[in-house]
Amino acid sequence: MPHKKQTKKELIIQAALELFALKGFYTTTIPDIASALKMSVGNMYNYFKSKDMLAKEIIKYISIYLGSKLQAINEEPITTKEKTKKIVQMYFETASNRPEMIDYFLRVYLSNREVFKDGCEGMACVSEFVTEVMIYFEEGVKSGELRDQDFFSAFGLFMGYLGGMVFLNGEKILPNELSFYIDDISENIYNALKK
Amino acid sequence: MKPRILWISGISCYGNVHSFLTYTNIDIFLDDFEFIYHPVLDSTYTLTQIVEDVKGCDILLIDGAVADDFMRADKSIKNIIQKYASVVNKIITVGTCATFGGIFQHSSYTGASGVHFKADELQSDFLHLRHKTISISGCPIQPEILVNTLYEIKNNMDIKLDSFLRPKEYFGYTIHNGCTRNEYFEYKVDNHNFGELEGCLYYDYGCQAPYSSGSCNKILWNEVNSKTRSGSPCFGCTEYTFPKIGLFETKKNMGIPENLPLGVPKRAYITIAGVAKAFKIDRLNKKLM
Repeated sequence: MPHKKQTKKELIIQAALELFALKGFYTTTIPDIASALKMSVGNMYNYFKSKDMLAKEIIKYISIYLGSKLQAINEEPITTKEKTKKIVQMYFETASNRPEMIDYFLRVYLSNREVFKDGCEGMACVSEFVTEVMIYFEEGVKSGELRDQDFFSAFGLFMGYLGGMVFLNGEKILPNELSFYIDDISENIYNALKK
Repeated sequence: MKPRILWISGISCYGNVHSFLTYTNIDIFLDDFEFIYHPVLDSTYTLTQIVEDVKGCDILLIDGAVADDFMRADKSIKNIIQKYASVVNKIITVGTCATFGGIFQHSSYTGASGVHFKADELQSDFLHLRHKTISISGCPIQPEILVNTLYEIKNNMDIKLDSFLRPKEYFGYTIHNGCTRNEYFEYKVDNHNFGELEGCLYYDYGCQAPYSSGSCNKILWNEVNSKTRSGSPCFGCTEYTFPKIGLFETKKNMGIPENLPLGVPKRAYITIAGVAKAFKIDRLNKKLM
Protein backbone atom coordinates (compact mmCIF):
# COMPACT_ATOMS: atom_id res chain seq x y z
CA MET A 1 0.00 0.00 0.00
CA PRO A 2 1.34 3.49 -0.84
CA HIS A 3 2.70 5.32 2.21
CA LYS A 4 0.27 8.22 1.89
CA LYS A 5 -2.76 5.96 1.86
CA GLN A 6 -1.42 4.03 4.85
CA THR A 7 -0.90 7.25 6.82
CA LYS A 8 -4.45 8.35 6.02
CA LYS A 9 -5.76 4.97 7.14
CA GLU A 10 -3.97 5.35 10.45
CA LEU A 11 -5.46 8.85 10.88
CA ILE A 12 -8.92 7.41 10.30
CA ILE A 13 -8.27 4.62 12.78
CA GLN A 14 -7.09 7.09 15.42
CA ALA A 15 -10.10 9.39 14.88
CA ALA A 16 -12.47 6.43 15.00
CA LEU A 17 -10.86 5.14 18.20
CA GLU A 18 -11.30 8.49 19.89
CA LEU A 19 -14.92 8.80 18.79
CA PHE A 20 -15.75 5.23 19.86
CA ALA A 21 -14.28 5.97 23.28
CA LEU A 22 -16.24 9.22 23.54
CA LYS A 23 -19.62 8.29 22.01
CA GLY A 24 -19.63 4.50 22.00
CA PHE A 25 -19.16 2.12 19.10
CA TYR A 26 -22.77 1.76 17.96
CA THR A 27 -23.69 5.43 18.11
CA THR A 28 -20.62 6.56 16.15
CA THR A 29 -21.23 6.59 12.41
CA ILE A 30 -18.96 6.72 9.40
CA PRO A 31 -20.14 10.31 8.67
CA ASP A 32 -19.12 11.23 12.27
CA ILE A 33 -15.62 9.94 11.65
CA ALA A 34 -15.42 11.60 8.23
CA SER A 35 -16.56 14.88 9.72
CA ALA A 36 -13.95 14.69 12.51
CA LEU A 37 -11.28 14.39 9.83
CA LYS A 38 -12.88 16.94 7.51
CA MET A 39 -13.18 14.26 4.84
CA SER A 40 -16.11 13.51 2.60
CA VAL A 41 -18.07 10.38 3.45
CA GLY A 42 -17.45 9.16 -0.10
CA ASN A 43 -13.72 9.44 0.36
CA MET A 44 -13.93 7.58 3.68
CA TYR A 45 -15.38 4.62 1.83
CA ASN A 46 -12.27 4.54 -0.36
CA TYR A 47 -10.42 3.47 2.77
CA PHE A 48 -12.98 1.36 4.60
CA LYS A 49 -16.00 -0.14 2.90
CA SER A 50 -18.04 -0.40 6.10
CA LYS A 51 -17.92 0.30 9.80
CA ASP A 52 -17.52 -3.43 10.49
CA MET A 53 -14.49 -3.52 8.23
CA LEU A 54 -13.06 -0.50 10.02
CA ALA A 55 -13.72 -2.23 13.34
CA LYS A 56 -11.67 -5.25 12.25
CA GLU A 57 -8.84 -3.11 10.93
CA ILE A 58 -8.73 -1.24 14.22
CA ILE A 59 -8.33 -4.37 16.31
CA LYS A 60 -5.56 -5.58 13.98
CA TYR A 61 -3.89 -2.17 14.33
CA ILE A 62 -4.02 -2.40 18.13
CA SER A 63 -2.75 -5.98 18.04
CA ILE A 64 0.24 -4.96 15.92
CA TYR A 65 0.90 -1.95 18.17
CA LEU A 66 0.85 -3.94 21.40
CA GLY A 67 2.50 -6.98 19.76
CA SER A 68 5.51 -4.95 18.64
CA LYS A 69 5.95 -3.50 22.13
CA LEU A 70 5.72 -6.98 23.64
CA GLN A 71 8.17 -8.36 21.08
CA ALA A 72 10.71 -5.72 22.09
CA ILE A 73 10.35 -6.83 25.72
CA ASN A 74 10.55 -10.51 24.79
CA GLU A 75 13.78 -9.90 22.92
CA GLU A 76 15.50 -8.22 25.87
CA PRO A 77 18.08 -10.40 27.62
CA ILE A 78 16.33 -10.21 30.99
CA THR A 79 14.60 -12.64 33.33
CA THR A 80 10.93 -13.53 33.03
CA LYS A 81 10.35 -11.76 36.33
CA GLU A 82 11.74 -8.56 34.83
CA LYS A 83 9.75 -9.09 31.64
CA THR A 84 6.58 -9.50 33.70
CA LYS A 85 7.05 -6.07 35.23
CA LYS A 86 7.89 -4.48 31.89
CA ILE A 87 4.76 -5.94 30.29
CA VAL A 88 2.55 -4.65 33.11
CA GLN A 89 4.24 -1.27 32.85
CA MET A 90 3.84 -1.16 29.06
CA TYR A 91 0.17 -2.14 29.26
CA PHE A 92 -0.64 0.46 31.91
CA GLU A 93 1.34 3.15 30.08
CA THR A 94 -0.63 2.41 26.93
CA ALA A 95 -3.86 2.53 28.94
CA SER A 96 -2.82 5.94 30.37
CA ASN A 97 -1.36 7.51 27.23
CA ARG A 98 -3.66 5.98 24.63
CA PRO A 99 -6.71 4.98 26.69
CA GLU A 100 -8.87 4.76 23.57
CA MET A 101 -6.82 1.77 22.43
CA ILE A 102 -7.29 -0.39 25.51
CA ASP A 103 -10.85 0.89 25.79
CA TYR A 104 -11.57 -0.37 22.30
CA PHE A 105 -10.00 -3.72 23.07
CA LEU A 106 -12.09 -4.20 26.21
CA ARG A 107 -15.33 -2.46 25.35
CA VAL A 108 -15.67 -3.01 21.63
CA TYR A 109 -13.65 -6.07 20.63
CA LEU A 110 -14.36 -8.27 23.63
CA SER A 111 -17.94 -7.07 24.11
CA ASN A 112 -19.26 -7.11 20.53
CA ARG A 113 -18.13 -10.46 19.15
CA GLU A 114 -20.89 -10.42 16.51
CA VAL A 115 -19.07 -7.58 14.71
CA PHE A 116 -15.93 -9.69 14.46
CA LYS A 117 -17.37 -13.10 13.67
CA ASP A 118 -16.46 -13.00 9.96
CA GLY A 119 -12.78 -12.42 9.38
CA CYS A 120 -11.73 -12.20 13.02
CA GLU A 121 -12.53 -15.75 14.09
CA GLY A 122 -10.93 -16.90 17.31
CA MET A 123 -7.81 -14.85 17.82
CA ALA A 124 -7.11 -14.30 14.12
CA CYS A 125 -7.19 -10.49 14.40
CA VAL A 126 -5.13 -10.29 17.57
CA SER A 127 -2.51 -12.84 16.58
CA GLU A 128 0.50 -10.48 16.83
CA PHE A 129 -0.37 -9.69 20.43
CA VAL A 130 -1.29 -13.25 21.45
CA THR A 131 1.82 -14.66 19.72
CA GLU A 132 4.06 -12.48 21.87
CA VAL A 133 2.19 -13.41 25.04
CA MET A 134 2.67 -17.07 24.10
CA ILE A 135 6.39 -16.52 23.54
CA TYR A 136 6.67 -14.76 26.91
CA PHE A 137 5.06 -17.79 28.60
CA GLU A 138 6.99 -20.36 26.58
CA GLU A 139 10.35 -18.78 27.24
CA GLY A 140 9.48 -18.45 30.91
CA VAL A 141 8.76 -22.17 31.14
CA LYS A 142 11.84 -23.04 29.11
CA SER A 143 14.08 -20.97 31.35
CA GLY A 144 12.66 -22.76 34.39
CA GLU A 145 11.04 -19.68 35.92
CA LEU A 146 7.40 -20.38 35.11
CA ARG A 147 5.29 -23.44 35.78
CA ASP A 148 4.11 -25.34 32.73
CA GLN A 149 0.33 -25.20 32.46
CA ASP A 150 -2.49 -24.75 29.99
CA PHE A 151 -1.94 -21.56 28.00
CA PHE A 152 -5.40 -20.14 28.60
CA SER A 153 -5.18 -20.62 32.38
CA ALA A 154 -2.09 -18.43 32.36
CA PHE A 155 -3.34 -16.05 29.67
CA GLY A 156 -6.62 -15.44 31.53
CA LEU A 157 -4.79 -14.76 34.77
CA PHE A 158 -2.41 -12.25 33.19
CA MET A 159 -4.66 -10.42 30.77
CA GLY A 160 -7.81 -10.70 32.84
CA TYR A 161 -6.02 -9.04 35.74
CA LEU A 162 -4.61 -6.21 33.62
CA GLY A 163 -7.88 -5.71 31.78
CA GLY A 164 -9.76 -5.60 35.07
CA MET A 165 -7.48 -2.93 36.50
CA VAL A 166 -7.74 -0.79 33.37
CA PHE A 167 -11.52 -1.18 33.48
CA LEU A 168 -11.64 -0.05 37.13
CA ASN A 169 -9.40 2.86 36.22
CA GLY A 170 -11.69 3.82 33.35
CA GLU A 171 -14.67 3.74 35.72
CA LYS A 172 -12.73 6.08 38.06
CA ILE A 173 -12.95 3.54 40.85
CA LEU A 174 -9.24 3.24 41.54
CA PRO A 175 -8.01 5.68 44.19
CA ASN A 176 -4.56 5.88 42.56
CA GLU A 177 -3.04 6.20 39.11
CA LEU A 178 -2.42 2.91 37.28
CA SER A 179 1.34 3.36 37.66
CA PHE A 180 0.90 3.10 41.44
CA TYR A 181 -0.06 -0.56 41.09
CA ILE A 182 2.72 -1.74 38.75
CA ASP A 183 5.01 -3.24 41.40
CA ASP A 184 2.32 -5.10 43.32
CA ILE A 185 0.55 -6.40 40.25
CA SER A 186 3.77 -7.56 38.61
CA GLU A 187 4.68 -9.38 41.82
CA ASN A 188 1.22 -10.95 42.09
CA ILE A 189 1.26 -12.17 38.49
CA TYR A 190 4.77 -13.53 38.75
CA ASN A 191 4.02 -15.31 42.01
CA ALA A 192 0.94 -16.89 40.48
CA LEU A 193 2.79 -18.11 37.42
CA LYS A 194 6.19 -19.04 38.82
CA LYS A 195 7.33 -22.60 39.28
CA MET B 1 32.17 -57.42 -13.24
CA LYS B 2 29.69 -57.13 -10.41
CA PRO B 3 30.59 -54.64 -7.67
CA ARG B 4 31.83 -56.58 -4.66
CA ILE B 5 30.27 -55.65 -1.33
CA LEU B 6 31.38 -56.41 2.21
CA TRP B 7 28.67 -56.01 4.85
CA ILE B 8 30.25 -55.87 8.28
CA SER B 9 28.27 -55.43 11.48
CA GLY B 10 29.46 -53.47 14.48
CA ILE B 11 27.41 -53.29 17.66
CA SER B 12 24.12 -54.09 16.04
CA CYS B 13 20.67 -55.56 16.57
CA TYR B 14 20.68 -56.72 12.91
CA GLY B 15 17.57 -54.66 12.22
CA ASN B 16 19.20 -53.19 9.12
CA VAL B 17 20.25 -56.63 7.92
CA HIS B 18 16.66 -57.80 8.15
CA SER B 19 15.21 -54.64 6.71
CA PHE B 20 17.46 -55.07 3.67
CA LEU B 21 16.01 -58.56 3.15
CA THR B 22 12.55 -57.04 2.68
CA TYR B 23 13.68 -55.33 -0.52
CA THR B 24 11.11 -56.44 -3.06
CA ASN B 25 13.50 -57.17 -5.95
CA ILE B 26 16.36 -58.64 -3.98
CA ASP B 27 16.84 -61.39 -6.60
CA ILE B 28 17.57 -58.77 -9.27
CA PHE B 29 19.87 -56.94 -6.87
CA LEU B 30 21.82 -60.11 -6.15
CA ASP B 31 22.27 -60.66 -9.89
CA ASP B 32 23.93 -57.24 -10.13
CA PHE B 33 26.10 -57.23 -6.97
CA GLU B 34 28.24 -59.78 -5.18
CA PHE B 35 28.42 -60.02 -1.40
CA ILE B 36 31.90 -61.14 -0.49
CA TYR B 37 30.38 -61.31 3.00
CA HIS B 38 26.92 -60.65 4.40
CA PRO B 39 25.83 -61.66 7.92
CA VAL B 40 22.88 -63.80 6.77
CA LEU B 41 23.05 -64.22 2.97
CA ASP B 42 25.19 -66.80 1.17
CA SER B 43 28.51 -65.09 0.57
CA THR B 44 31.82 -65.71 -1.18
CA TYR B 45 33.79 -65.85 2.08
CA THR B 46 33.18 -66.59 5.73
CA LEU B 47 33.71 -63.87 8.31
CA THR B 48 36.89 -65.61 9.51
CA GLN B 49 38.29 -65.54 5.98
CA ILE B 50 37.29 -61.89 5.59
CA VAL B 51 39.27 -60.80 8.66
CA GLU B 52 42.30 -63.04 7.96
CA ASP B 53 43.50 -60.92 5.06
CA VAL B 54 41.97 -58.23 2.91
CA LYS B 55 39.96 -59.57 -0.02
CA GLY B 56 39.15 -57.67 -3.19
CA CYS B 57 36.21 -55.37 -2.46
CA ASP B 58 34.56 -52.29 -3.97
CA ILE B 59 32.00 -51.13 -1.42
CA LEU B 60 32.13 -51.44 2.36
CA LEU B 61 28.81 -51.44 4.23
CA ILE B 62 28.99 -50.94 7.98
CA ASP B 63 25.96 -51.33 10.19
CA GLY B 64 25.92 -50.91 13.96
CA ALA B 65 27.97 -48.67 16.20
CA VAL B 66 31.75 -49.01 16.47
CA ALA B 67 33.95 -49.04 19.58
CA ASP B 68 37.60 -49.61 20.42
CA ASP B 69 36.87 -52.84 22.30
CA PHE B 70 34.29 -54.35 19.97
CA MET B 71 35.49 -57.40 18.06
CA ARG B 72 34.32 -59.44 15.08
CA ALA B 73 35.94 -62.86 14.62
CA ASP B 74 38.42 -61.87 17.34
CA LYS B 75 39.53 -58.80 15.40
CA SER B 76 38.86 -55.19 16.32
CA ILE B 77 35.95 -53.80 14.29
CA LYS B 78 37.89 -50.56 13.84
CA ASN B 79 40.87 -52.45 12.40
CA ILE B 80 38.65 -54.39 9.99
CA ILE B 81 37.11 -51.10 8.82
CA GLN B 82 40.53 -49.43 8.44
CA LYS B 83 41.89 -52.31 6.36
CA TYR B 84 38.96 -52.61 3.96
CA ALA B 85 38.44 -48.86 3.79
CA SER B 86 41.81 -48.52 2.11
CA VAL B 87 40.81 -50.79 -0.81
CA VAL B 88 37.17 -49.85 -1.42
CA ASN B 89 35.85 -46.99 -3.52
CA LYS B 90 32.90 -46.23 -1.27
CA ILE B 91 31.84 -46.78 2.31
CA ILE B 92 28.23 -46.69 3.42
CA THR B 93 27.24 -46.40 7.06
CA VAL B 94 24.01 -48.37 7.15
CA GLY B 95 21.53 -47.21 9.76
CA THR B 96 21.47 -44.71 12.61
CA CYS B 97 23.90 -46.64 14.86
CA ALA B 98 26.63 -46.73 12.20
CA THR B 99 25.92 -43.10 11.32
CA PHE B 100 25.34 -41.40 14.69
CA GLY B 101 25.85 -44.12 17.31
CA GLY B 102 22.08 -44.57 17.77
CA ILE B 103 20.97 -46.61 20.75
CA PHE B 104 24.30 -48.48 20.96
CA GLN B 105 26.27 -45.34 21.68
CA HIS B 106 24.79 -45.87 25.15
CA SER B 107 26.13 -49.46 25.38
CA SER B 108 28.93 -50.47 27.74
CA TYR B 109 31.56 -50.60 24.96
CA THR B 110 34.29 -47.98 25.24
CA GLY B 111 33.50 -44.81 23.34
CA ALA B 112 30.81 -46.45 21.19
CA SER B 113 29.79 -44.12 18.36
CA GLY B 114 28.90 -43.98 14.71
CA VAL B 115 31.72 -44.23 12.18
CA HIS B 116 31.96 -40.45 11.75
CA PHE B 117 29.60 -39.04 14.38
CA LYS B 118 28.59 -39.54 17.98
CA ALA B 119 25.22 -37.83 17.88
CA ASP B 120 26.20 -34.64 16.00
CA GLU B 121 29.84 -34.58 17.15
CA LEU B 122 32.36 -35.38 14.49
CA GLN B 123 34.69 -38.24 15.47
CA SER B 124 38.36 -38.33 14.58
CA ASP B 125 39.22 -42.01 13.98
CA PHE B 126 37.98 -42.18 10.40
CA LEU B 127 38.30 -38.55 9.33
CA HIS B 128 40.46 -39.61 6.36
CA LEU B 129 37.54 -41.72 5.07
CA ARG B 130 34.91 -38.98 5.03
CA HIS B 131 35.43 -38.21 1.38
CA LYS B 132 34.39 -41.72 0.36
CA THR B 133 31.58 -42.21 2.89
CA ILE B 134 27.83 -42.02 2.36
CA SER B 135 25.54 -42.27 5.39
CA ILE B 136 22.11 -43.80 5.27
CA SER B 137 20.46 -43.25 8.62
CA GLY B 138 17.28 -44.87 9.87
CA CYS B 139 16.34 -47.40 12.49
CA PRO B 140 16.16 -49.45 10.44
CA ILE B 141 17.15 -48.18 7.02
CA GLN B 142 14.67 -48.16 4.20
CA PRO B 143 15.98 -50.93 1.92
CA GLU B 144 15.14 -48.99 -1.25
CA ILE B 145 17.42 -46.14 -0.17
CA LEU B 146 20.34 -48.50 0.36
CA VAL B 147 19.73 -50.38 -2.88
CA ASN B 148 19.18 -47.23 -4.95
CA THR B 149 22.36 -45.71 -3.51
CA LEU B 150 24.33 -48.84 -4.39
CA TYR B 151 23.06 -48.65 -7.98
CA GLU B 152 23.96 -44.96 -8.09
CA ILE B 153 27.49 -45.89 -7.00
CA LYS B 154 27.60 -48.70 -9.57
CA ASN B 155 26.58 -46.24 -12.28
CA ASN B 156 29.10 -43.61 -11.15
CA MET B 157 26.36 -41.10 -10.49
CA ASP B 158 27.03 -37.85 -8.66
CA ILE B 159 25.44 -38.27 -5.24
CA LYS B 160 24.84 -34.98 -3.43
CA LEU B 161 25.21 -35.29 0.35
CA ASP B 162 24.06 -33.26 3.35
CA SER B 163 26.31 -32.26 6.26
CA PHE B 164 25.88 -35.72 7.82
CA LEU B 165 26.90 -37.34 4.50
CA ARG B 166 23.36 -38.48 3.75
CA PRO B 167 22.11 -38.43 0.15
CA LYS B 168 20.01 -35.31 -0.32
CA GLU B 169 17.85 -37.19 -2.76
CA TYR B 170 16.39 -39.07 0.21
CA PHE B 171 17.26 -36.91 3.21
CA GLY B 172 16.73 -33.45 1.72
CA TYR B 173 13.05 -33.76 2.68
CA THR B 174 11.34 -34.07 6.01
CA ILE B 175 9.29 -37.17 6.70
CA HIS B 176 6.31 -34.82 6.96
CA ASN B 177 6.62 -34.47 3.17
CA GLY B 178 4.07 -36.83 1.66
CA CYS B 179 2.26 -37.56 4.91
CA THR B 180 -1.42 -38.20 4.26
CA ARG B 181 -2.25 -36.17 7.38
CA ASN B 182 -0.88 -32.91 6.04
CA GLU B 183 -4.31 -31.29 5.82
CA TYR B 184 -4.82 -32.01 9.52
CA PHE B 185 -1.44 -30.48 10.26
CA GLU B 186 -2.19 -27.38 8.18
CA TYR B 187 -5.49 -26.71 9.92
CA LYS B 188 -4.25 -27.90 13.33
CA VAL B 189 -6.77 -30.66 13.75
CA ASP B 190 -5.11 -32.68 16.48
CA ASN B 191 -7.89 -34.95 17.67
CA HIS B 192 -6.27 -38.25 16.83
CA ASN B 193 -6.55 -41.72 18.26
CA PHE B 194 -3.66 -44.09 17.64
CA GLY B 195 -4.18 -46.18 14.55
CA GLU B 196 -6.99 -44.04 13.17
CA LEU B 197 -6.91 -42.29 9.82
CA GLU B 198 -7.87 -38.84 11.06
CA GLY B 199 -5.96 -36.13 12.86
CA CYS B 200 -2.40 -34.89 13.07
CA LEU B 201 0.02 -36.51 15.52
CA TYR B 202 2.47 -33.62 15.77
CA TYR B 203 0.93 -31.46 18.46
CA ASP B 204 -0.01 -34.06 21.06
CA TYR B 205 1.32 -37.47 20.06
CA GLY B 206 5.05 -36.93 19.66
CA CYS B 207 5.27 -37.04 15.86
CA GLN B 208 8.76 -35.88 14.81
CA ALA B 209 8.11 -35.97 11.07
CA PRO B 210 8.08 -32.16 10.60
CA TYR B 211 11.68 -31.92 11.80
CA SER B 212 13.16 -35.29 10.79
CA SER B 213 14.85 -35.95 7.46
CA GLY B 214 13.88 -38.90 5.35
CA SER B 215 11.63 -40.36 2.70
CA CYS B 216 9.26 -42.61 4.68
CA ASN B 217 6.20 -40.92 3.19
CA LYS B 218 7.58 -40.89 -0.36
CA ILE B 219 9.09 -44.39 -0.45
CA LEU B 220 6.56 -46.42 1.48
CA TRP B 221 7.61 -49.29 3.72
CA ASN B 222 6.97 -52.64 2.03
CA GLU B 223 5.53 -50.46 -0.74
CA VAL B 224 2.44 -50.07 1.42
CA ASN B 225 2.58 -47.73 4.38
CA SER B 226 4.45 -45.49 6.78
CA LYS B 227 4.25 -44.91 10.53
CA THR B 228 2.38 -41.65 10.24
CA ARG B 229 0.03 -42.89 7.54
CA SER B 230 -0.93 -45.84 9.72
CA GLY B 231 -1.61 -43.63 12.74
CA SER B 232 1.58 -43.84 14.77
CA PRO B 233 4.01 -40.96 15.32
CA CYS B 234 7.34 -40.68 13.52
CA PHE B 235 10.10 -41.38 16.08
CA GLY B 236 12.74 -39.34 14.24
CA CYS B 237 14.90 -42.45 13.82
CA THR B 238 16.96 -40.91 11.02
CA GLU B 239 18.31 -38.12 13.22
CA TYR B 240 21.31 -37.86 15.52
CA THR B 241 18.93 -37.18 18.40
CA PHE B 242 17.50 -40.71 18.16
CA PRO B 243 16.49 -42.38 20.41
CA LYS B 244 14.58 -40.00 22.62
CA ILE B 245 12.33 -40.84 25.53
CA GLY B 246 8.58 -40.20 25.62
CA LEU B 247 8.09 -41.07 21.97
CA PHE B 248 4.30 -40.91 22.12
CA GLU B 249 3.94 -37.44 23.54
CA THR B 250 4.91 -33.97 22.37
CA LYS B 251 7.04 -31.99 24.78
CA LYS B 252 5.48 -28.55 25.07
CA ASN B 253 6.16 -25.41 27.03
CA MET B 254 2.89 -23.68 27.92
CA GLY B 255 1.30 -25.12 24.80
CA ILE B 256 4.12 -24.49 22.33
CA PRO B 257 5.91 -27.59 21.00
CA GLU B 258 9.57 -27.61 22.06
CA ASN B 259 10.63 -28.85 18.61
CA LEU B 260 9.09 -26.85 15.79
CA PRO B 261 8.87 -27.85 12.13
CA LEU B 262 12.32 -27.67 10.56
CA GLY B 263 13.45 -24.10 9.89
CA VAL B 264 10.14 -22.51 10.94
CA PRO B 265 10.68 -19.57 13.34
CA LYS B 266 8.68 -19.67 16.56
CA ARG B 267 6.73 -16.49 15.77
CA ALA B 268 5.79 -17.81 12.35
CA TYR B 269 4.62 -21.13 13.76
CA ILE B 270 2.55 -19.58 16.55
CA THR B 271 0.96 -17.02 14.24
CA ILE B 272 0.01 -19.55 11.57
CA ALA B 273 -1.16 -22.13 14.11
CA GLY B 274 -3.24 -19.51 15.91
CA VAL B 275 -4.93 -18.38 12.73
CA ALA B 276 -5.52 -21.96 11.53
CA LYS B 277 -7.02 -22.94 14.89
CA ALA B 278 -9.46 -20.03 14.71
CA PHE B 279 -11.30 -21.77 11.89
CA LYS B 280 -13.20 -25.00 12.34
CA ILE B 281 -13.10 -27.05 9.16
CA ASP B 282 -16.05 -29.41 9.46
CA ARG B 283 -14.75 -31.91 6.91
CA LEU B 284 -11.56 -32.41 8.89
CA ASN B 285 -13.42 -32.98 12.13
CA LYS B 286 -15.45 -35.89 10.80
CA LYS B 287 -14.53 -39.55 10.38
CA LEU B 288 -13.27 -40.22 6.87
CA MET B 289 -15.29 -43.39 6.55
